[in-house]
Formats: sequence, structure tokens, C-alpha cells
Amino acid sequence: MIMLFFMDQETRAAASDIAEEDGFAEVVTLGRGDPLRLDSGAQISLFDVAYKSWGKLNEDKSNVVLICHALTGDQYVRGINPITGKRGWWENMVGPGRPVDTDLYYVICINVLGSCAGTAGPASLNPETGEAYGIDFPGITIGDMVRAQAMLLDHLKIDQIFSVIGGSMGGMQALQWAVDYPDRVNTVIAIATTWRHSAQNIAFHEVGRQAVMADVNWMRGHYLAQGDRPHAGLAVARMAAHITYMSESGLTSRFGRNLQNRDKVAFGFDADFQIESYLHHQGISFVDRFDANSYLYITRAMDYYDLALAHDGVLAEAFRGTETRFCILSFTSDWLYPTSESRYITRALNAVGARVSFADIEMDKGHDSFLLDCPEMFGIIQGFLNSEADATGLKFERCGP
Amino acid sequence: MTAQYTRASDIRVDLLEIARLIEPGKAVLDVGCGDGSLLAYLVREKQVDGRGIELSPEGVNSSIAKGLSVIQGNAEEDIAFYPDGCFDYVILSQTLQAMRRPDRMLEQLLRVGRKAIVSFPNFGHWKVRLNLALRGMMPVNKTLDYPWYSTPNIHFCTIRDFVNLCEQQNIHLEKSMAINAKGSRMSFDNLYLANLMATQGMYVITRN
Repeated sequence: MIMLFFMDQETRAAASDIAEEDGFAEVVTLGRGDPLRLDSGAQISLFDVAYKSWGKLNEDKSNVVLICHALTGDQYVRGINPITGKRGWWENMVGPGRPVDTDLYYVICINVLGSCAGTAGPASLNPETGEAYGIDFPGITIGDMVRAQAMLLDHLKIDQIFSVIGGSMGGMQALQWAVDYPDRVNTVIAIATTWRHSAQNIAFHEVGRQAVMADVNWMRGHYLAQGDRPHAGLAVARMAAHITYMSESGLTSRFGRNLQNRDKVAFGFDADFQIESYLHHQGISFVDRFDANSYLYITRAMDYYDLALAHDGVLAEAFRGTETRFCILSFTSDWLYPTSESRYITRALNAVGARVSFADIEMDKGHDSFLLDCPEMFGIIQGFLNSEADATGLKFERCGP
Repeated sequence: MTAQYTRASDIRVDLLEIARLIEPGKAVLDVGCGDGSLLAYLVREKQVDGRGIELSPEGVNSSIAKGLSVIQGNAEEDIAFYPDGCFDYVILSQTLQAMRRPDRMLEQLLRVGRKAIVSFPNFGHWKVRLNLALRGMMPVNKTLDYPWYSTPNIHFCTIRDFVNLCEQQNIHLEKSMAINAKGSRMSFDNLYLANLMATQGMYVITRN
């Protein structure tokens, strides 16, 4: 109590939030006797899946919301992330009284296959060799990630998902869920995402991968055994990618041509401009929390993503017969997965008579807008979820105050 | 547009007239659905399977938040992506005059819908005629609340113009209604009188 007394208002509020919002975290080993069959044809017979959940599962397990995270995200949507010590990445969206209300919904987020926050990936130990997989980890797809998530939900005896929600790569998974498990998914909210990776998307990812692999410390993917890490390469990959998550107007308004701790340019090659310093910081802080091989595997999975591939290139066919209700959201300043991609998804859904809502939200902060405070997005998502809950007669067992 | 509301429904009287034309349980597309008031009313009161297209971000946000399947888009582009005959009714309420090609829009309405309900402000109304004849100025009033240079309403027509267009396009007028300034239906169905007295024309159209 004395401690609390000396804390300022903000810290105190944060401390009480942590106590209430700790959630439940678990790592489950799956695949015993029922291996994960990958799109590549390979199988993984024993693998860990890490997840975190908030809120209370209702009697008939009908209030499940699955949050899918993005490329370098993790299951720590809310509360303190034990890897970074920072707060969760979607606290403004998910929580008590938030658009995805943890007083009403049982919210779960699962670390994706190939990642490095507890779920099996290239940095995990290969049970057959007792050493880290490195690049012996099998190649994966977005479909594989979703299949692994479905296995975890099976393990948790959860059949029906009220809503699958995700931005960016999370949105890809949400759409993949609707395509692969149409009977299990009531609604999908796919934000700032696409239905297939474009040549430009693949190109940016390849720059990142080449940066990692060009680092001598990458050691053909087996750096973990050597005790070193390709930090420089991964940082460059992150810096390049980070530019694609922002917008020119966002960068201009935040940094302009401002110089970093100096009055005039130094005619050297350390950071003259604030934007350089900012990018360096993004790169350096990333390498401590993310495995370089995971970055290769997951960017590859995204590049392989193409929902129309199995349907002769006709996206609408992937959704034919769907009963799922869709909410597709894009941002006006997102040039990584521009509005046109979301509109294309919307039109494909309309072509097969699916129930779809689509809004292009005015934001000038680029792709990462989905992570920011955006009242329009919050209002739409809250209204969409609540109206569907009303329409389907979802029964809440209110928890919390 | 007139802002007459009925207490029972909370939607504009002229929208209520449209709602009366639609039987329960039908598949309905509202083109230019605004904030979704009519669509929400139809879903709630008539259990229709309702969809909407709307251009304004405010309208779209408000519609989706109401739980409606509404997409943001340009009606003239987006309607092309709906399959033939997938709706029982397509509604185009007070939007025809904002289309780049109203004639093509009518074709599209009757491609995706078995029937279309079209309402539009009537430029043949006596006040409009009088305004132009005596003051020599384009009409600006409550119904047409824009000066000529910034109006989104680029293709005004009279009730007679609309009837002529439908004739040309081989479109059948299943039901013709004249709407007064309050948004209520007027009793006469004489074309000359309707064109002079109605502030809105409202039609149920089908393919011949």
C-alpha cells in the first residue's frame, strides 16, 4: 500500500490493470499419435503450442474469440509480455469494456507455428535430435498455422469460434480459418490484410531474408548450436520491413528531416536524421526478442499465402457456401496491404452471397494503424460483435465487476 | 430531404413507404443505404436478409455498428460484382440523381434484383418550375440542400423524365407513387398531376 501511495496516477492504474488482466498462459504439447500434417507433405509428431487466454468460457462454449497475431507478434495481447517486459500489443482492442470485451468473451491468442514465443519453431528443440531445429524445421504455411491452432482448440474441447479476429498476417489466418473450417467459425474480422501475397509483398520479404542470410553469424541457419546470432542481418530486415508498416505522411509528420542530437549534418554515416535513429532502434530492439530463423519461416509462409490457389485463381470459390459473417477493414494509408486488396476480398464474398461488411478507415499512419487508437475501428468492431451476439442469442455469463 | 419521422418506427416517413412495399423474409439490397436506418428497420421488422452499399465513411461505420452487412463503395462500380438475380428487392432511395449514369444503374438494379424500388426528388414539382421561371435560379431548398456548383446530385429528372427513360429501357412500372413534402403517399396517379404536385417519385420497377 505504501508503495502504491508513492506511485503516480498512471503507474497505479497500470498496476491494478496487471492484477486484473493477467490472463491464463499455458504451453500444450500436441501431436502425440496424431501428427500435424503440413502442406509441404512433412509431418511434425510432437510439438508445443503456447497460448494465453482472458475472460470466462460460458456454459455452451459459444463465446470464444480467437485473436490471431501478426508476423512478429505473440500471444501476449494483454498484460506484461514476459519476453519484452512491455505491455501487450492489443490492449486498446481487447480487455474489460474494450471492443473485444473480456467481461463477455473468452479471448484466446495462440503463438503461431514457426514463431518463437513458446510454440514450436526453428529455435525449438527437435525431439529426435535433442538440438534446436534451425533450418531443419519443416517449411510451413498460413494453413499449417491455422491447423495447429485447430488442434489446440480440439485439445481444449472448443469446437465453435464466435469470432476469429486478426490484423495483417492475423487477418490472413482469420480468412484461412473461414475457408478451411467454415463450420467452426461464426464471424471473421480481417483487418489490414490480403488474400494473397503480391509480387511487391514477396519482394520486400526477400530483401529481409537475404539480409539475415547474408550475416556471417547466420551460419547457414545453425547459429544456435554455435552460440551466436545474426543480429545485424535481422536488424536490417526489421528496419526495411518497418518502413512498409508506416506511411510517408506518418513519417513526415513524426520525423520530417529533423536531425538527431545535432544542429547540422556530420558528413559521416552514423545517424544524422531522426528517422535513421528511430529505425536503428526498431532493428536493435527487435533482435533481442525474435529468432532470425523464425523470421525466415514466417515470412516464407506469408509469401506462399494465396487463398485462390486451390480454386483456379478464383477467390470467390474459396468462400462458396460460407455461412460465416465477415467484417473486412482496411486503412486509407496502408500501402503494404492496400484498400484494393480488401475490396477484392469483399467483392469475392459478395459474389457468393456471403454476409460481408467492409469499411475503408481514414487513418494516415499506414499499415500499423490497426494497432493504434482508432475510434472508428473500435466502434465498428464492437458494433459488429455485439449485433452478431444479439442476433445469434449468445448468452454471456458476465465476469468482472 | 424531408426530415419527417414517425414515432413508432424512428425512420423517415418516405422510407416507411418503401418498407411497406417489401414482404417479410426477402433478400434486399439497399444501394446508398446512408446510416442504415431503412435496412435496420427491414431486418428488425420484416426479418429480411439485408445488404447495403454506401459511399460515405460515416454512413458505413454507423451501418456496420448497427450490425448490418454494409460495404463501403461506389454503387456504380460495386454493384457489378453481385451475381444476377441474387436479391428479391434492390432499393435505390434518393440516390438515382447522384449517379453518373442513371440509365445504366437502372439496368444493374434489375440485373441483380427481381424488383427494384426507386425514389427520387421530382424536378417537375411546381415550386421548382416556379422558382426557375420567376427567379431564374436553380432551386435550393430543404429537399435539395446544395447550391448548383457543389451538389452531388448531378442528374436531376422529373417524374415524366423517369417514366420516359423506363419506357425507352423496356422497364415495367409495376407501381407508381407520388410522395408529398411530408414523405407520405399522395392519392392521385395521374402522371401530369403527380409531376406537378409530388416532391418525390417512387416506383417499383421490373423487367418487361
